[in-house]
Amino acid sequence: MMHALALIAAFALTLCFAGPAAAERLVVSLSNHRIAVTSNFVGENVVLFGTVEPDAGRTSLRSAYDVVVTVTGPLQTLRTRRKGRVAGLWVNVASREFVNVPSYLAILSNRPVADIAKPDVLRRLQVGLDNFLLPQRIGPDIADTVRDDPFRVAFVRLQMQQRLYRQSDHAVTFLTPSVFRATIALPANAPTGDYAIDVKLFAGGEPVARATSALEVIKAGFEQFVADAAREHGVVYGFATALMALFIGWLASVVFRRD
Amino acid sequence: MQIYLPIADMPVDIFLVLGMGLAVGFISGMFGIGGGFLMTPLLIFIGISPAVAVASVSSHIAASSFTGALTHWRRDAIDTTLALMLLAAGIIGTATGVWLFTMLRALDQLDLMIGLSYVTLLTVVGAMMIYESLRAELRARRGLSATPRRPGSHTWVHGLPFKMRFKRSRIYVSAIPIWGIGFSIGFIGAVMGIGGGFLLVPMLIYVLRVPTALVIGTSMVLTLITMASATVMHAATNHLVDAVLALLLMIGGVVGAQFGARTGQTMRGERLRLLLGLLVFAVGLRFAYELAVRPEDLYSLRHGGGG
Repeated sequence: MMHALALIAAFALTLCFAGPAAAERLVVSLSNHRIAVTSNFVGENVVLFGTVEPDAGRTSLRSAYDVVVTVTGPLQTLRTRRKGRVAGLWVNVASREFVNVPSYLAILSNRPVADIAKPDVLRRLQVGLDNFLLPQRIGPDIADTVRDDPFRVAFVRLQMQQRLYRQSDHAVTFLTPSVFRATIALPANAPTGDYAIDVKLFAGGEPVARATSALEVIKAGFEQFVADAAREHGVVYGFATALMALFIGWLASVVFRRD
Repeated sequence: MQIYLPIADMPVDIFLVLGMGLAVGFISGMFGIGGGFLMTPLLIFIGISPAVAVASVSSHIAASSFTGALTHWRRDAIDTTLALMLLAAGIIGTATGVWLFTMLRALDQLDLMIGLSYVTLLTVVGAMMIYESLRAELRARRGLSATPRRPGSHTWVHGLPFKMRFKRSRIYVSAIPIWGIGFSIGFIGAVMGIGGGFLLVPMLIYVLRVPTALVIGTSMVLTLITMASATVMHAATNHLVDAVLALLLMIGGVVGAQFGARTGQTMRGERLRLLLGLLVFAVGLRFAYELAVRPEDLYSLRHGGGG
C-alpha cells in the first residue's frame, strides 16, 4: 500500500515537471551538508541558496517566481493517543498509528503556499502541511485522512509544539528576482539521520522546475562514542555505568567523611 | 549551560539536572528510600522519554544508596542478615513481576494500571504513615513513651513459625513475613518500575518492628543491589541507559544523600516517618489529580508501533 502510494506520488510529480521544453533550471546549494551533534548542540540553522537560470528554449527569465522548500527528516512510526473519561478517570481510550511519517518536516516558502498555486496543484504536489501525505493505519488499511481529521490535526499540532514540524511563509527570501535564500532551522531535538530537501519553483501558479538536495544529522565525538557503546556493547556499558555509580557513591562518602 | 544527552537525544540544562539530583538525593539519604518515584516523573516532566528516564534513574539510585549505605555502615546501622534475606526473596519477586509486566503489555491499558497502582499505594501508605506518626508524636507530647508497644509487643505476625533471631535489629520473627515483604517489594518494583524503598521502610517498621535507625541503612543495601542490577539489565536489554544523564544525576544525588543522611540521623524517628508519610501522600495525590482532572491536552504522541 505504501509503495503504491509512493509510486503514484512519484508518477504525478514526474508528469507535472516534465512540462514544455521551454523551462527554467533551478540550481541549489546548502551551506552545510553534515550537521554534527556534539555535547554543546542546541540546534543549528542551515542556509540553502538557489538561483533560477534559463534553460534550453528560453532566453530570458519571467518576472516573478515562487519557491517552496520541503525538508523531510528520517521516517518513523508514531502513535497519537486520545484520552477520554472512563468511570470518572481520564485514560487513553483511542489511538491512531502514523506509519512512516517524517520525524522532521519543514515547509518553507516566500509567501503563503495558498497564494502560490491553486489548491488542486498544491494537493497533487504535496505542497504545504495540509497537503503532505501522513499515512495512518486505519484497520487493515494505511491511508492519509482528510486534513481536518482530529487525529491528524492533533498529530501535526503536537509535532509543531516540539518544533519538529513547521511551515513558514517567510523563510525563503529573494535576494534578486532570480536568486533566493532559505533558512532551515534544525531544533536541538532534531533526530539523527538523513534529511531530504526538495525545492519546487513556481511561476504564475504552475510548477516550472524542481531541484533536490540532502543533509545528514550525525552524532560526533563523545556523543557518538556513548551512543555506539550503549547500542553495540550493552552489557559492558551497563556494568561500566553501574561501576561509575558505585565509584561516585564511594567518592562522596570519602569526601564528606567527618568522623 | 546546556549539554546534549547522547541516548535521550536532547539537550538539557546541566544545573537544572544537578539540582534535581541534589534535591532527590537529600530526600533519599534522609529517609533511606531510592527516590525513583520522585525522580522519574521529574525527568519525564523536563521532556526525557519515560523509557530513558526509568532506565537512567536506576543508576542514579544505585549511586546515592551506595553513599548512604556506606555512611550507615560506618555507624553500624545496617542489619546485613536481614538485608540478605530480603534480597533473596526480592529476586524471586522481581522475576515474577517482569513476567506479569510482559503479560499486561499485551493489554492496552498498562498506563492506567500503573497509574492506579501508584495512586493506591502512595496514598494508602502515605496516609497510614501520617496517622501512625502523628499518634506517636501526640503520645510523646503527653510525656508517654513514643513507642509503647515496642518491647515485647506481639501481633499475629509474631505467632508464625520458622522463627529467626536478628541480633542487630534485636528482633525474633518468623521468616515467612520477611520472605513475603522481600517478594512483594521485588514484584511491585518490577511492575511499577520503582525501587520500592518507600514501601519497604514502613513495612520493616510496622510489620517486623525493626528500629527506625536500622531500617534506613538496611533498606539502602537492598536498594543498592536491586538498582545496580537493574542498570545492567536495562543497558543489556533495551539500551536506554543514558550515562551522561546518569552521571549528572549521580553527582547531585550523592552530595544530596550525604547531607540528607546527616539531617535524618539528627531527627526523631516518628518525626522522620511523618515527613516521609506526607511526601508519599502528596505524590500519590499528584497522580490522582492527573487521573481525575481533564487533561489540558487530550492527545499525546508515543514513539513506535504496538503496545
